[in-house]
Amino acid sequence: MRYILHSDCNGFFASVECLHNPEIRNKPVAVCGDTDMRHGIILAKNEIAKKFNIKTGEAIWQAKEKCPELVTVKPHFDRYVRFSKEATRIYSDYSDRIEPFGIDESWIDLTGCVKSFEEAEAVAEEIRKRIKYELGITVSIGVSFNKIFAKLGSDYKKPDAVTVITDKNYKSIVWGLPVEDLLNVGRSTKKKLNSMGVFTIGELASFPYPMLKANFGKWGDMLYTFSRGLDMSPVKALGFVNLPKSIGNSTTTHRDLVNFEDAKIVMNVISDSVCRRMREQSLCAGCVTVYLRDTTLTTITRQCKIHSTHISSEILSAALKLIKNNYNFEKPLRSIGISLSDFKPDYEPEQLSILRDEKSRKRQDSLDQSVDILKKRFGSFCVRPAILLSDRKLAGFSPKEEHTVHPVGYFG
Amino acid sequence: MKQYISVTAKFDEDGNLLPLKIHWNDGRSFEIDRVTDIRYAASLKAGGMGLRYTCRIMGVKRYLFLEDNRWFVDAKT
Repeated sequence: MRYILHSDCNGFFASVECLHNPEIRNKPVAVCGDTDMRHGIILAKNEIAKKFNIKTGEAIWQAKEKCPELVTVKPHFDRYVRFSKEATRIYSDYSDRIEPFGIDESWIDLTGCVKSFEEAEAVAEEIRKRIKYELGITVSIGVSFNKIFAKLGSDYKKPDAVTVITDKNYKSIVWGLPVEDLLNVGRSTKKKLNSMGVFTIGELASFPYPMLKANFGKWGDMLYTFSRGLDMSPVKALGFVNLPKSIGNSTTTHRDLVNFEDAKIVMNVISDSVCRRMREQSLCAGCVTVYLRDTTLTTITRQCKIHSTHISSEILSAALKLIKNNYNFEKPLRSIGISLSDFKPDYEPEQLSILRDEKSRKRQDSLDQSVDILKKRFGSFCVRPAILLSDRKLAGFSPKEEHTVHPVGYFG
Repeated sequence: MKQYISVTAKFDEDGNLLPLKIHWNDGRSFEIDRVTDIRYAASLKAGGMGLRYTCRIMGVKRYLFLEDNRWFVDAKT
């Protein structure tokens, strides 16, 4: 039997802000992006704001309509990273198998450290109390025999609570829950399952496997194993880093991008950031994806294959070509991004081509590496292409330094 | 109220850090008679978190927090 905990910090960003500002602690609080920069959405809210039905991701004005006295505060990502590290310090007193899931959640594997669910629950209680005392924020913890049910447990009762889902009681606790509570069951999977008459996790678990497989393909396997508590995926050891499948950045610009020239400026900044992040990990990308969202919030993504490279100018020109071929700027763009994927290690031997100027590619490569070193020492703004001087405000951001929260998927 | 203050501290040969004297921003200084406890803790009053040193200063118990590499106390307003 495995004993796995899933610890979830309740309203993480908002809790950290409330700890630092005693005067707002008893008020409805939401952590929001910068309205002037048009990043004005709710990133997190505290328990009081939750009672007003304020949702993460909605615009500040929508939230203020529901709750006029809502206190909005700016995010401090350095604080969140610090608290996240401190939480991991506490977890690591109990196990070396700690797998973070985002900045505010972690799985902790106690298998081999405890002998029963009672002991695992006692450890969970101790962690819950220590986080409250040492960090001043609350967590809810799920205790179970697989990662999926442990996560369900941490969502089951919050804030500041421990829920134990054992191999004996899981049917009564888990199977009554709505199917969308299961990890990886999003809006569209829920809709599809509902149309098949599956509304609870129990109904999903008793659904015939061949039909799931026929309807969902390999995701059918996942639904089957997740709902029956058969997930065997291990909790990774602390410090284990998956090779990234993609590296991307996007931004909502402070004003709309009305033509290709505007997009070119912003793309310069973003592609520089993603290319530097890629080179830091010694990778070459074989696929470039651009993400374009217009002022009506309609989003398109377009991708193309490229000859495997980590040269900034090649990535940028592939991205610009994608925009040129796929967007006519009839509607201005509100937000824009690049993502690189299909990685190969950059130390692998490379097939040279007689159709390209390999000598100048080599020069470009060493230029990129020199600029990387300069930027590492003196900041992102020390060396910049001249095009970025044409609109300093539009180009005046540095996604590489400002970017701290990486979204994660279960199958990382 | 959270107040960052300047502190004279000593590293011993084992790498432990011990505060010896606190310096208020108004110029007054106080010797720390004894540190009775060191543990991680949050300060709900001051609004912060760090390594908490329980100190005796002129016979009175005071908490001194080390937040990364800054010291703070909960100052009476």
